[in-house]
Amino acid sequence: MNASNSPGFLITAARFLAPDVKLFQIHAPRVARKRQAGQFVIVRIHALGERIPLTIADSDPVAGTITIIVQGIGKTTKQLNALNAGDSIPNVVGPLGKPSEIEKFGTCVVIGGGVGTAIAYPTAKALKAAGNRVIAIIGGRNRQLVILEEELRAFADEVIITTDDGSYGEKGLVIDPLQRLLGQIDYVLAIGPIPMMRAVANVTREHKIKTVVSLNPIMVDGTGMCGGCRVSVAGKNQFACVDGPEFDAHQVDFETLTKRNAMYRDMERQSLARHQCQLEGMAH
Amino acid sequence: MANPLKPAERVKIPRQHMQEQPASARRQNFTEVNLGFDFDLAKREAQRCLECAKPACVDGCPVGVKVKDFIQLVLAGKYREAAAKIREDNVLPAVTGRVCPQEDQCEGGCVMGKKFGPVGIGYLERFVADYEQKSGQIGLPAKAAPTGKRVAIIGSGPAGLSCAGDLVQQGHGVRVFEALHEIGGVLVYGIPEFRLPKDIVRQEVENMRRMGVEFETDVVVGQTVTVDELLGEEGYAAVLVATGAGLPNFLNIPGENLCGVYSSNEFLTRVNLMKAYRFPEYDEPVFDCRGKNVAVVGGGNTAMDSIRCALRLGAAKACLIYRRSEAEMPARIEEVKHAKEEGVEFMTLTNPVEFLGDDKGWLKAARCVKMQLAAPGEDGRRRATAIKGSEFDLPLDMVIIAVGTSGNPLVQSTTPDLQTTDHGYIQADDATLKTSKRGVFAAGDIVTGGATVILAMGAGRKAAQAINRYLKTGLW
Ligand SMILES: Cc1cc2nc3c(=O)[nH]c(=O)nc-3n(C[C@H](O)[C@H](O)[C@H](O)COP(=O)(O)OP(=O)(O)OC[C@H]3O[C@@H](n4cnc5c(N)ncnc54)[C@H](O)[C@@H]3O)c2cc1C
Ligand SMILES: Cc1cc2nc3c(=O)[nH]c(=O)nc-3n(C[C@H](O)[C@H](O)[C@H](O)COP(=O)(O)OP(=O)(O)OC[C@H]3O[C@@H](n4cnc5c(N)ncnc54)[C@H](O)[C@@H]3O)c2cc1C
Ligand code: SF4
Ligand code: SF4
Ligand code: FES
Repeated sequence: MNASNSPGFLITAARFLAPDVKLFQIHAPRVARKRQAGQFVIVRIHALGERIPLTIADSDPVAGTITIIVQGIGKTTKQLNALNAGDSIPNVVGPLGKPSEIEKFGTCVVIGGGVGTAIAYPTAKALKAAGNRVIAIIGGRNRQLVILEEELRAFADEVIITTDDGSYGEKGLVIDPLQRLLGQIDYVLAIGPIPMMRAVANVTREHKIKTVVSLNPIMVDGTGMCGGCRVSVAGKNQFACVDGPEFDAHQVDFETLTKRNAMYRDMERQSLARHQCQLEGMAH
Repeated sequence: MANPLKPAERVKIPRQHMQEQPASARRQNFTEVNLGFDFDLAKREAQRCLECAKPACVDGCPVGVKVKDFIQLVLAGKYREAAAKIREDNVLPAVTGRVCPQEDQCEGGCVMGKKFGPVGIGYLERFVADYEQKSGQIGLPAKAAPTGKRVAIIGSGPAGLSCAGDLVQQGHGVRVFEALHEIGGVLVYGIPEFRLPKDIVRQEVENMRRMGVEFETDVVVGQTVTVDELLGEEGYAAVLVATGAGLPNFLNIPGENLCGVYSSNEFLTRVNLMKAYRFPEYDEPVFDCRGKNVAVVGGGNTAMDSIRCALRLGAAKACLIYRRSEAEMPARIEEVKHAKEEGVEFMTLTNPVEFLGDDKGWLKAARCVKMQLAAPGEDGRRRATAIKGSEFDLPLDMVIIAVGTSGNPLVQSTTPDLQTTDHGYIQADDATLKTSKRGVFAAGDIVTGGATVILAMGAGRKAAQAINRYLKTGLW
């Protein structure tokens, strides 16, 4: 259990899906019971650590476990990806944010870029379960960074893969197949790097296709208390951790989000460099 | 031992000054500013008390701490007994002795006040509480026989903690649910180390744990579990909502989303709870203030705490922008004094109307207007209005918005039969703190809006009495 004097939340399984992309199953019964597609947890992995948001990719209410998929890009995610089954995470809180809006829309295109595929995966599954035709487009820089293909093929009506370098699937960007599918789409969900989401929004705006993106501003508490995660949507400030993270793509101010996400770049580099030094120190 | 001095001699003793770190030193560190009384100073200060037949100090204290009685125990050298006397009405004396706005409360009532300066009640309260903590012998109150009833408390700030402490004494099972990873509410995420060392809060929480209070962190009620589930399948007989007023207000002016613009909640949470002042030892980053121009907007304790943190993080210039004049500032007098000594510049009768940035999205300046005060209105408050044509640009690298907070709606929005006020706070009966929903009580800032530690604690205790009555009688 997660009483504050307990050792934390046990990792029950862990495996790499791609280099630097790791899947974890964590025992968090309260979260597992409540979680709906589109929601996330905030974790803190040690006593000196920061709090970072991660989407709940799946859950098993009976076993009391949740699944998260983590891309190691900075200090905290790399440290997390060094943990294994049997280790514990001191703090896991959730489910946070609003669940995805799941309806019968018709034909849904779910687009995942990089680790965005992991974030989109649970909502894609829920859209299928609600009776939609689901086409998944997954993009990665190269073959190794294409994740969850098997898992998506298990339920999606179609899976299209693109890689920047053409090492797998189509060579190019996720919006290339999207352009081809225009005319038969009722709903788009796009999750990935901001430039990708913005590009998708620009394509679908002209065609008036309802499009939702999941935003990734920098978060601290995840409960609406700090306002650090504020994003401008339709000219109004929204707190992504409680009002989102999913918003109408055509109303999002991507430019401000991009700038705000770069706020701690120097410090993030410093943390990562320090972490790598410590790892090397240990190796010697 | 009674006070051997005659009243005429007592009033001749000046109010004793508490030692503090010199301003030049303390603006470089996060350790406590005030250093506390020693035995001699405490005795001198206690001797000033006139032992009034009708002590106005007690009336001034929102929870009626028996000030005169505890001061007499200090005079007799019975410090632990003095602490126990305070604990009869106030379970966190080491905290309140440090952070109560005494000038408006106990000391505001003290008859010595006008002519000679009030007795240093806060300093004495802090002295005996620290003595007690250092002695390691905190007299934990006796517990009643177990009642078999369980109470869930949502939020671990002063309201939740004081209610938990009382209920566990009455033999009830008590579990406190907290959204964050640490226990203490504003005491750990808001008020900085240099004003309230976190070890003190931790020690008080430890005492409660020893008394049998259970704590469960990482639970956001409304998301992780609902009030109805707590009352239903989780088997709690009553629930106290003590979630505070934690939602930050913004100014809603252009430029507020620039990098370098923080809410005070975000800035203080990063610095205090997440210990960003010890980056990179701790992972949490915060704006690098070294050599920079920073400002805070606001005039309360939160504003003082924010700007004094920024100063300690190395700001070259630290400025406080407040729309009214200094007389209207709600902050504790001591904080205003300390902030000035540390070099915070006060820009009163000034209000920002826009934040200006560069093409990378970073704050560069605040466009401000000068303000003037009108005569007091019906509510006694003096309205501030902008002076036309008085705009000027103040160069800034970082700004912190500290203009108040409102209630977090997560519990209310998931508990449909809980009535709220127009401002989103929870409606609760003044005397019993009962809400519109059977078995649910509410106390602290979530009922009143942002107030004080001692008021939140007082409300928590009141709720504990009413919850106890409800659990014993079953009557709503
Ligand atoms: C709602 C939401 C869901 C997310 N789900 C996933 C997921 O399922 N899998 C996954 O791998 N990643 C997910 N992320 C992104 C993940 O939180 C960041 O990659 C992580 O915080 C980076 O931390 P770091 O220390 O490893 O890297 P850093 O070097 O500190 O940061 C790298 C970049 O990550 C972002 N970032 C840093 N700190 C935070 C923070 N506290 N909150 C949010 N973003 C931050 C910034 O853009 C930064 O530039 C999600 C983000 C959000 C907001
Ligand atoms: C920076 C700052 C400085 C201050 N300085 C002073 C001072 O010097 N003197 C003074 O007397 N007062 C001061 N105050 C005011 C005082 O701290 C508050 O009035 C007091 O803390 C209110 O207590 P509370 O128990 O109602 O709520 P809080 O202390 O706000 O605690 C509420 C707790 O509930 C938790 N919570 C919220 N929602 C949920 C949920 N859904 N589920 C679970 N947990 C939840 C929060 O995380 C928090 O821990 C200050 C306030 C601030 C912000
Ligand atoms: S609790 Fe606060 S107001 Fe009451 S006596 Fe103590 S310091 Fe004064
Ligand atoms: S009012 Fe002042 S002088 Fe009188 S009992 Fe209280 S503290 Fe002592
Ligand atoms: S993360 Fe703090 S309000 Fe959203």
